[in-house]
Amino acid sequence: MADASYPEHLLYHPDHDWAAIDGDVATFGITWFAQDALGEVVFFDPPAVGTQVTKDEPYAEVESVKAVSDVIAPLSGEIVEVNEALGEDPEAINNDSYGAGWMVKVRLSDSSQTGVLLDSATYQGTLS
Amino acid sequence: MATTESSSLRRTPLYDAHVAAGGKIVDFAGWEMPVQYAGIKEEHLAVRSSVGVFDVSHMGEIETFGPGAQAFLQHLLSNDLDKLAVGGAQYSVLCREDGGVIDDLFTYRTGEDRYLTVTNASNHGKDLAWFRRQAESFDCTVVDSAEASAMLAVQGPLAREVVQALSDQPLPGKFRTGRRRIDGLDMLVAGTGYTGEDGVELIMYAEHAPVVWEALLRRGAQPIGLAARDTLRLEVCYHLYGNDLMETRGPIEAGLGWACKEDTGFVGSEAVRAVRTAGPSEKLVPFTISGPGIARQGNPVVGGGEVTSGTLSPSLGVGIGMAYVPAAAAEVGTPLQIDVRGKLRDAVVATKPLYQR
Repeated sequence: MADASYPEHLLYHPDHDWAAIDGDVATFGITWFAQDALGEVVFFDPPAVGTQVTKDEPYAEVESVKAVSDVIAPLSGEIVEVNEALGEDPEAINNDSYGAGWMVKVRLSDSSQTGVLLDSATYQGTLS
Repeated sequence: MATTESSSLRRTPLYDAHVAAGGKIVDFAGWEMPVQYAGIKEEHLAVRSSVGVFDVSHMGEIETFGPGAQAFLQHLLSNDLDKLAVGGAQYSVLCREDGGVIDDLFTYRTGEDRYLTVTNASNHGKDLAWFRRQAESFDCTVVDSAEASAMLAVQGPLAREVVQALSDQPLPGKFRTGRRRIDGLDMLVAGTGYTGEDGVELIMYAEHAPVVWEALLRRGAQPIGLAARDTLRLEVCYHLYGNDLMETRGPIEAGLGWACKEDTGFVGSEAVRAVRTAGPSEKLVPFTISGPGIARQGNPVVGGGEVTSGTLSPSLGVGIGMAYVPAAAAEVGTPLQIDVRGKLRDAVVATKPLYQR
């Protein structure tokens, strides 16, 4: 498992999710803190492409050996792509939570929502 | 300011050793216990392929001794105590009058008139009260030795080799027990465990536990947390009290009829006999999930019944578990549908054990 990190270029939701913004599309995933708390991820149940997700609401489930947890959408929009590779390799969520462990790409319905997300330093402040 | 909630939780003599070994500590049945160290899968596979050591000092011990000890335990425990020789080990359940399961336990006969019974941590207090109340009309003494005792389980294909190297004498065989000096320290060694692997359990004075733990680690035993203990036991379909066993269900429904000898007249035997004769209306069955997904405790089975234990099997790579289902749906090979948080998952009733080496 990689060391704790919270890349500067990402935006963070206090429920331990990250978003990488590229124009009107954002990539979502869970933070290092979230994957560490979950333990080894063994199953990722993705939503279907075309599903509407709502900021602060669950959009997927991620399951470790111990328990199942909801994954919260940091922003609202429509899912345009899901990370199919996680079906075969859910451990990527642990090993590379900001890279190969990405979960979905979402076409944002309200890009002004990004304003309430946290930067890396502020998010890390919520963890202590 | 939050109150120090942890002050009410108990710690085993190995708490510091767990923290030093990188253990992630959680509250389990009122104890601060390590749920994992290196990772559940790695720990699980270490026990299947080499050797692991578990701190199970949260479990309780009740000693019963005196001329009436055997008659007393025969009255209380479901199995036949006449079949338990000195140096032997026997599994049984403790039943209420109505047959409901109070606990499941291993009893070791440590002397002619001397027995040691290991209780589940969450049940120790109620078991002890039950023992004491029932003991009043027998010529025996019941002693709570949980506080003074620590217990380690050393499990895996290399477990005996590791413990043997520290022992003054050959180790007791499977389902046998005896006193040995391990790393020079006197303790009870039993050929039992909860993983489906070969191994021993060591019951010692609490103050000796840190030294023995270190000696086992030095010999190559890997520390294993409670999470892997759960996945290991579920792969071989061992019951977990509070999940698969409860006071509202009896031992026949749970598939523990083999540990019940009604002719001994134990407390609850009439109720158990009635269920055995009529046939239980529901049965505990092992299952495997056919596709993706993992069923969990409490998930309903379509058509009746519920999952009592469920996880992803680290050895098999599929969802496994145990569920109470209507007796008509208990045959091996019967397809089941399990409602996993609103999604129906296909499963099939499987044979025990789910994992076989």
